[in-house]
Amino acid sequence: MKRFESYAGGIPGVDPAELTGWLIVIEGTDGVGRTTHVNRLREYLERAGYAVAETGLTRSDLASRGLRRAKQGNTLGSTAFNLFYATDFADRLEHQIIPALRAGFVMLTDRYVYSLIARAIVRGADPDWIKQVYSFSLKPDAVYYLRIEVPELVPRVLATGGFDYWESGMDLPMGEDLYESFVNYQRRIIGELDALAREYRFETLDATLSVDEIAEDLETRVSRLLETRAGALDGRTVP
Amino acid sequence: MNGTYGSFAAPLPGRLFVVEGIDGSGKSTQLSLLAQWLRGQGYPVVYSEWNSSPIVRATTSRGKRRRILTPLTFSLIHATDFVERIEREVVPALKAGAMVLADRYVYTAFARDVVRGVDPGWVRSLYRFAVVPTCAIYFRVPLETALRRILSGRPKLKHYEAGLDLALHADPAESYRLFQSKLLTEYERLVQEFGLTVMDATRPVEAQQRQMRNVLRPFLSGGVSQPEPAREAV
Repeated sequence: MKRFESYAGGIPGVDPAELTGWLIVIEGTDGVGRTTHVNRLREYLERAGYAVAETGLTRSDLASRGLRRAKQGNTLGSTAFNLFYATDFADRLEHQIIPALRAGFVMLTDRYVYSLIARAIVRGADPDWIKQVYSFSLKPDAVYYLRIEVPELVPRVLATGGFDYWESGMDLPMGEDLYESFVNYQRRIIGELDALAREYRFETLDATLSVDEIAEDLETRVSRLLETRAGALDGRTVP
Repeated sequence: MNGTYGSFAAPLPGRLFVVEGIDGSGKSTQLSLLAQWLRGQGYPVVYSEWNSSPIVRATTSRGKRRRILTPLTFSLIHATDFVERIEREVVPALKAGAMVLADRYVYTAFARDVVRGVDPGWVRSLYRFAVVPTCAIYFRVPLETALRRILSGRPKLKHYEAGLDLALHADPAESYRLFQSKLLTEYERLVQEFGLTVMDATRPVEAQQRQMRNVLRPFLSGGVSQPEPAREAV
């Protein structure tokens, strides 16, 4: 049974047949609570006996420093930025995600290519082009999309340190001040994530529910996913 | 295939001339002679080489030094650098009507990345943003000639330059030889696919330059910055 595959093209030197773990993605916009749920899910899975690894955007050994520097000065053009993010993602895919999958881990990723595709499209990238750029990425086992609307998002962001320059799209910018730009930018990002949710069939969760409710929902969904897979691998059930 | 390299043919007033070929093909020498000639004719000339943005360069160097670049990240980080070069140097200069001379272009990436195992369709789509050159000249040279030119002068080959990441051979010089030979094969494919103008790079330098000027002369007419006539004395 072929467990993993790329959307297209593949990854040079990688045989997806060697990958046996699970790739689980938590998607959602800035401030929606992804990190909280990645942590809760990790604890839950480890209690259940699964080996868990995690990664998130701009955490690559290769490009994270350069990306930080580029963000400080805002000196790169938007297409170069998109490709720099793609470099960071590819490095994490090859040096963090794939080794973990090869070792049979559950890989929890705090955002995946979809957030990167959304931010690129909002900054004017051609949607077909940027999707093609990321077509080497592995199709995840599941994408859980924590969905929220801008009015519900605003108080959360205010409560946790206020509006960030990049999370407000101030490099564009999309409004007269930080607040206006945040609202317009996040509305566009959420719109793009909604479109990607349909295209790539995410499982959408209502992020306005309580943390416990969402965590339980996620645990149920992930357990079901892992059991189905385990059964399929043992030959007990054939989907 | 839609959405691949070649779809961005913006009607810009300048001209973009590209030289391509493996190391030791003599393309850089020819390009600098061409620049002299064009300047002498009164055209504004902008020279463009691979590697520009300091931020991206720091990441590329880190990847090379620590040898953590894979075919995929090698391809992507070079594309990141390339797009900066296109958007910051090439396109503005073309808009201003300059003669832009590029030492290596997308074809270098197509050859190099595909030899490293990257999907050919993917890398062509990756570079879709690149302006199509007015004319791209490929300097065709036999492997041994190029190797003699390179290996005689500069024996210390770098890891990625020698293609050691491909694990073709443990010896750098032998690895370099195999890598270059694979690049040659790939370049020949590109000549067909993109209609590159082929130059016989074994001929004397001045003969090649004469031919190059003849090839490019028809593309100069109608350029924005017309040269002052008859200033060429001697």
